[in-house]
Amino acid sequence: MPDDLISRRQWLALTPLSAAVLAAQQHAHDVMRAGAPATLSVLGAAEAREIEALAAQIIPADGTPGAREAGVIYFIDRALATFDTDKRALYTEGLRQAQDKRHQLFPASQSIAALQPGEQIRLLHAIERTDFFELLRTHTIMSFFGNPSYGGNRDQSGWKLIGFDDRHHFDPPFGYYDGPEGGQ
Amino acid sequence: MRQFKPSEKVDFLIIGAGAAGGIMAKELASSGFSVVVLEQGPYLREKDFDHDEIKFTRLSAMTNNLTKQPQTYRKSDAEPAKVQPQKIIQYGRQVGGGSVHFTANYWRLWESDFRQKGKFGGIAGASLADWPVSYSDLEPFYTKAEEELGVSGLAGVNPFEAWRSKPYPLPPLPVKSSGVIFERATRKLGLHPFPAPMAILSQPYRGRGACAHCGFCETFGCEMRAKSSTLATVIPVAERTGRCEIRPDSYTRKIELDANGRVTGAVYFDKDRREVFQKAKAVIVCANGSETPRLLFMSKSSRFPQGLANSNGLVGKYLMFDAGFEAFGLFEHPLNEFKSVQTTRAIHDFYEPDPKRGFYGGGGIDARFDFYPISFALNGLPPGAPRWGSEWKAMVAKNFTRTITLLAHATCLAQERNNITLDPDVKDAWGLPAIRVTFDFHPDDMSNMKFLLERQVEILQAASAQRVWTDTTDLSLLPHNHLLGTCRMGDDPKTSVVDRYHRAHDVPNLFLVDGSSLVTACCQPTCTIQALAYRAAEHIAGEARKAAV
Repeated sequence: MPDDLISRRQWLALTPLSAAVLAAQQHAHDVMRAGAPATLSVLGAAEAREIEALAAQIIPADGTPGAREAGVIYFIDRALATFDTDKRALYTEGLRQAQDKRHQLFPASQSIAALQPGEQIRLLHAIERTDFFELLRTHTIMSFFGNPSYGGNRDQSGWKLIGFDDRHHFDPPFGYYDGPEGGQ
Repeated sequence: MRQFKPSEKVDFLIIGAGAAGGIMAKELASSGFSVVVLEQGPYLREKDFDHDEIKFTRLSAMTNNLTKQPQTYRKSDAEPAKVQPQKIIQYGRQVGGGSVHFTANYWRLWESDFRQKGKFGGIAGASLADWPVSYSDLEPFYTKAEEELGVSGLAGVNPFEAWRSKPYPLPPLPVKSSGVIFERATRKLGLHPFPAPMAILSQPYRGRGACAHCGFCETFGCEMRAKSSTLATVIPVAERTGRCEIRPDSYTRKIELDANGRVTGAVYFDKDRREVFQKAKAVIVCANGSETPRLLFMSKSSRFPQGLANSNGLVGKYLMFDAGFEAFGLFEHPLNEFKSVQTTRAIHDFYEPDPKRGFYGGGGIDARFDFYPISFALNGLPPGAPRWGSEWKAMVAKNFTRTITLLAHATCLAQERNNITLDPDVKDAWGLPAIRVTFDFHPDDMSNMKFLLERQVEILQAASAQRVWTDTTDLSLLPHNHLLGTCRMGDDPKTSVVDRYHRAHDVPNLFLVDGSSLVTACCQPTCTIQALAYRAAEHIAGEARKAAV
């Protein structure tokens, strides 16, 4: 994928899924809604820690919750089990390359998760033009700002951050400019 | 709902239960005819329409599915077509079709739209033509569509709008902050903003409730039934006649022809992929500007070796997409544009093509917010902004409620080189040939969209936006929802596919009623497609009563 922004309209058209996958996903939803414990089904524990450490720098906790606190890893695991099964290999290969880069940058280090935050950020900068980074960024954002039923956006922390409110009903005025202070 | 046996010869078989098909079904069933409607997609209901951005955007829960139905694309026929990683053609794929997920902009054409060739003459490289119908022919049906479906707007504010016999049935929806900002800025520039006409109820109407301003219109279905989709309006009426069966999960692969050159029904795959032949006295294809020509190509016969109703070779040609660039503005105070309908104000000051500009083209501009939380976080920030990390997070947090989009809805010139054909190699999950798109914008289309983008930027600057930026991504490669012109209507069988009442010139009991009929394209086609459907239905019912179908 080129490193320019995915436009809104491209986002709307990203490759969709089969009915079977949708059904699987509906099942995943139902499980989440039933309050099942958050467990991993695709990613191994060590691999999950490394991916989570990267995602936690894409959306860091800095006064408000970040990707880790919002449950990003459960979202990614679920995505790889349901609607993005074909992305599994990109995670494996992307993470391998990220580890190579880590060795190169920080020869004495043991894992991504064990790096200092500043080192993790340097590592992300070193891989941010890769397909793996794009996928991880997309998944991290989807998890943080998507419906909490997918496993991320816990306590709606992503929505609270941006001032989005998922409701069925609003009354005008909706914003400043269509209200009395805005001169309307 | 009445159910018919496939062996029962119904009066009309309609293929596609969308914006046009739903109207044809209701009108013909209400006129006493038996009707079966075959719909590719499922029968979703309001309970299925939640606010799940992943499901309805990333997973295409209500639109065509590239995994099952791949598409290929080439800029011209000189290059090989390639399978696309993302949609070029996007259409609603459930009962109600695109009218379920559309933004609900409901613009009538202007009188002059029907006479562009007469007015502007030939344009090099383009196939500009006049319509076989005029605005006056269509006006009663525009009015009927607005009244039956429920459209909110305010007549008389837009000084450029065509005459109308009646006001809008519902007052406009409440203005949003984007609308207030847009209205002030355009007035400052001497332009003429008006409340955007929307097929969304501003007040309770005919048993349906008013819009509750939840903000999930574009790409979503309306759980309140306030969006005037055919699913929420005419389709239930058609079913209540006891003469209409909507048959979902039914994917048509061929229209059959008899030795006399009349169609006899259609073969479709049911939800278990069994092939079923539904008999009918007449067939009406309302499958959209991409699937209608595709089905005609798949319905080849010894009589029509180039595809059904394609003796002149024009089926699939003159493909038009409405398109326009986006400009964005960032404002000081919260706009909260995630609430309520996408757009509340528009202008038509640059709608009419003007030869003085040095190119053919025009269009409307509206103020809106074209993002949901995920899409905004992915790409809603201005160029040069960080893409991740603390600084990015802070900008997303600050900008989400303070950003607006100005979107242009521009003309698209018909060109013979732009078309829908069958891909010779790529098949869909049912083994049917994939859609192959050959398309590139005319140079005048590009000049026009750039001209409109300059106007969009001027408006945002006049609105004192803190920051203004634009997106000029190659629009030919983006998903297009307005699929137009591929079975053009006209009086001359040599230069058009259907006549002024949508009857195929080649086949007396075959009608094509959808975006494929449109001769020119500007801006927002749904209103015109639906008015044409009402007009066609009235005529076809009359002909059927005289046994002339």
